[in-house]
Amino acid sequence: MIKSILAALALTTALSFSAAEVMAKPVTFITTIKNYGGNNAYLALYVTDKSGKYAGSLWLAGSRTRYFDHLAGWYRATGGDTAQVNGITGASVGSGRTLKVTLDLKDALFDAGYTLHIDAAAENMRESPNDVVLPLTTAGAGNAVKGRRYISSFTYGM
Amino acid sequence: MIRLLHRWPGLIALLLVMLLSLSGAALSVFPAADHLSAPQAETSMTVAELASHIKANYPTVEQIKRAPSGRTTAYWFEGDVANAATIDPATGKALGSADPNPVQRWLTTLHRSLFLDDSGRIVMAVGAVAMMVLSLSGMLLVARRAGGWRRWFSPLKGPLAGRLHVEIARIAVAGLMLSSVTALWMTVSTFGFLPDQPAAITIPADVSGQTGIEVSAMTALRTTPVASLRELSFPVADDPTDVFTLKTDKGQGYIDQGTGAMLVWSDLGGWERVSETIYMLHTGQGAAVLGLLLGYLALGVPVMAVTGFVMWLSGRRSRPRIRANAAIGKAQTVVLVGSEGGSTWGFAATLHKALHDAGQSVHTAALSRFDAAQLGHAQHVIILASTYGNGDEPASAKGFLAKLEAMTAAPGASLAVLGFGDSSFPQFCGYAEKISQLAARKGWRELLDLATVDRQSAQDFARWGSDLGTVLGLPIELHHQPVAPATTALTLVSRRDYGAEVQAPSAILRFSLPRLSLWQRLTGSGFARFEAGDLLGVIPQGSTVPRFYSLASAATDGFIEIVVRRQPGGLCSGQLTALEPGDSMSAFLKSNPAFRPGEGETPVILVGAGSGIGPLAGFVRANGTRRAMHLFFGMRNATSDFLYGEELAQWQAEGRLRKIYTAASRGQRPHYVQYALHMQRAHVMDLIGQGARIMVCGGREMAAGVSEALADILAPAGLTPAMLRAQGRYVEDVY
Repeated sequence: MIKSILAALALTTALSFSAAEVMAKPVTFITTIKNYGGNNAYLALYVTDKSGKYAGSLWLAGSRTRYFDHLAGWYRATGGDTAQVNGITGASVGSGRTLKVTLDLKDALFDAGYTLHIDAAAENMRESPNDVVLPLTTAGAGNAVKGRRYISSFTYGM
Repeated sequence: MIRLLHRWPGLIALLLVMLLSLSGAALSVFPAADHLSAPQAETSMTVAELASHIKANYPTVEQIKRAPSGRTTAYWFEGDVANAATIDPATGKALGSADPNPVQRWLTTLHRSLFLDDSGRIVMAVGAVAMMVLSLSGMLLVARRAGGWRRWFSPLKGPLAGRLHVEIARIAVAGLMLSSVTALWMTVSTFGFLPDQPAAITIPADVSGQTGIEVSAMTALRTTPVASLRELSFPVADDPTDVFTLKTDKGQGYIDQGTGAMLVWSDLGGWERVSETIYMLHTGQGAAVLGLLLGYLALGVPVMAVTGFVMWLSGRRSRPRIRANAAIGKAQTVVLVGSEGGSTWGFAATLHKALHDAGQSVHTAALSRFDAAQLGHAQHVIILASTYGNGDEPASAKGFLAKLEAMTAAPGASLAVLGFGDSSFPQFCGYAEKISQLAARKGWRELLDLATVDRQSAQDFARWGSDLGTVLGLPIELHHQPVAPATTALTLVSRRDYGAEVQAPSAILRFSLPRLSLWQRLTGSGFARFEAGDLLGVIPQGSTVPRFYSLASAATDGFIEIVVRRQPGGLCSGQLTALEPGDSMSAFLKSNPAFRPGEGETPVILVGAGSGIGPLAGFVRANGTRRAMHLFFGMRNATSDFLYGEELAQWQAEGRLRKIYTAASRGQRPHYVQYALHMQRAHVMDLIGQGARIMVCGGREMAAGVSEALADILAPAGLTPAMLRAQGRYVEDVY
């Protein structure tokens, strides 16, 4: 599952940079889900800043907004505002499958104290806010991490 | 119209609807099982107590969920390991796995989307629409068949498949309606077309910032009973700005983790409540008994699908295929058929083909489908109508006379009516006559005078065809070859001979019941269902024309019995009376519903002579309800041709026969059966006063004599045999 879109816009609203500073490059996020034996999982990838404040969303896997409240961390951060994920949603991810998303992200997001969060949830199963919590650093690229409940492996690469 | 709305969704969605109902029935078991197996909380228990029990055992608990079945599940972490378990609310301890049942999950996905996600959901929604249309049209059909909504549960008649279909439908339809309507609501809701999404509420910024209060002390949780709990989420550890999230069956809100007070609360909206109720009604989650009931009713669907399919197929088989049937709006000639048993359809097919071959565009349909407004540009309307019983409308003509009566202006097309019947019946082509008279009264222009076809005579039909050809200016030749009915070989098991000494050689012939195919059992075709009084058609060797004998037994008796008098030089009676046990002959069954005693408790007067005793003996034999039956039987000599003499005595002893009056035409005091009626005139009049039904079977002369005698008996009371006949209380089976 490969998604490639210009997602620079996704963070401009939250992060204000002067035009000169805007430099972007494609970043690929690979999220592999455990074989947990349930219905497709909803995933939310979003970023908080140094102070822990919500900065913006990167991707939301799952098509029905009525279930977004099960992505508890994202939902609390955004107040369930679906405008935060306009144009950056896709299909939910089946048990044992991999979600691969490529986004054009600003260089300034890395090594600047931003933290990536992934919330996960599946029907009639546990809600797992912050299944993955990971600082966004250039050095961290390519290092696979394990999630708490649903995510067996997550990496990002530039 | 309603039938079409029932038939086509049924046939097209047959498999889909069966799949939906079977998976739904299987799923209905789970909420009930869950309710029985899940440990229930005390009714007085509050969320604060439950949460503190769980927190004591699992300090890192993140979320508690409670299903409508009462099953409580807790989620927590132990180090890095995500844990979840079903909880005993009384102790807060884990009882077992919280993993969803894989079978239930598989069935649910199959039931709602065929494993095809959204496209599958749409397919299944189409199935639900089909189910709803079937239920609605089926309800109308049941009401129509029963003769009104008040007679919804009236007893059913007819072949097994049809009875089974309606029997199940009239109970199951309520459940199926509920299941299909709620399913559609849920589909529409899932696709986001309803304003039933929970309102988003934001966490207020002004939280106390404190932590540490025990959950057992939180006011908001202490005032919430466990019974209404849906979900309780704990705040993230070490984040004083975070809150408790509480969801109940009333709404949701956030609770301050420092003060235990409700910070903000949002009630469920009206749409949300409706959607939740509908979800409960459909799934049975929270209403397990209703769920089981709906699931049980859904099991009727596969049976109805199969029986419905059988009914459709047997209906198709019973009438010939009309080839090149033009659309009604485009046809030059419209042929309308009023048929009871189906034989008139054969004539219609021959006529249709002849007209089509002569270059006409022809539309052929059942008479019941008549709609003057739809005749379009048709120039001619030809009605082929048989007669049912005493001049009544046949099955495929239901409601036609009423429509004709309601018609305000005569159609532009001209009309020809051809009646089919048996001239030995008094109401020969009575129904066709009624049509012809009413049409004339309505000013409907005639194309041809009313004509008749006697006993399916090919000659009569050909003659009429040439008349038709002349007025239409078309070269029409109608060569009708009736389709020979499928015959079955019947084996004689016994014969009893009577009357040889009095020159009336007769025999009671008993044949064994042939083996029935499953198809015959389901559709009631062949020898699967018959009553005394129905007809056995026998085609003798060396002839193509069948002779008919009234049956003296019913299918439930387990044998086929007829009485045959050997006619001098008679082809068929000669062959039949020559049969010895073990011999067989070919025969078919023809239903004769007009000649049956019917149901009820009113007395029955049976009058017969000679071999006419056959069906009457059958009625007495079948009189298990001990209805008052009085038999007048004429013979030649009681010592020679007293057919069924021994049985009649026995049936009288058993109470099946109230009284028997015999008349012997030879011997000491020769008299006929009509004389016996005269002798008992007071008794006969008394029975008629009680609403008695008179059934006469035998030769034509005897029937005429009986009718005369009855006219005499009835006259003082101001009644005539014709009046009784009109009420269906005087019926004859005459040969």
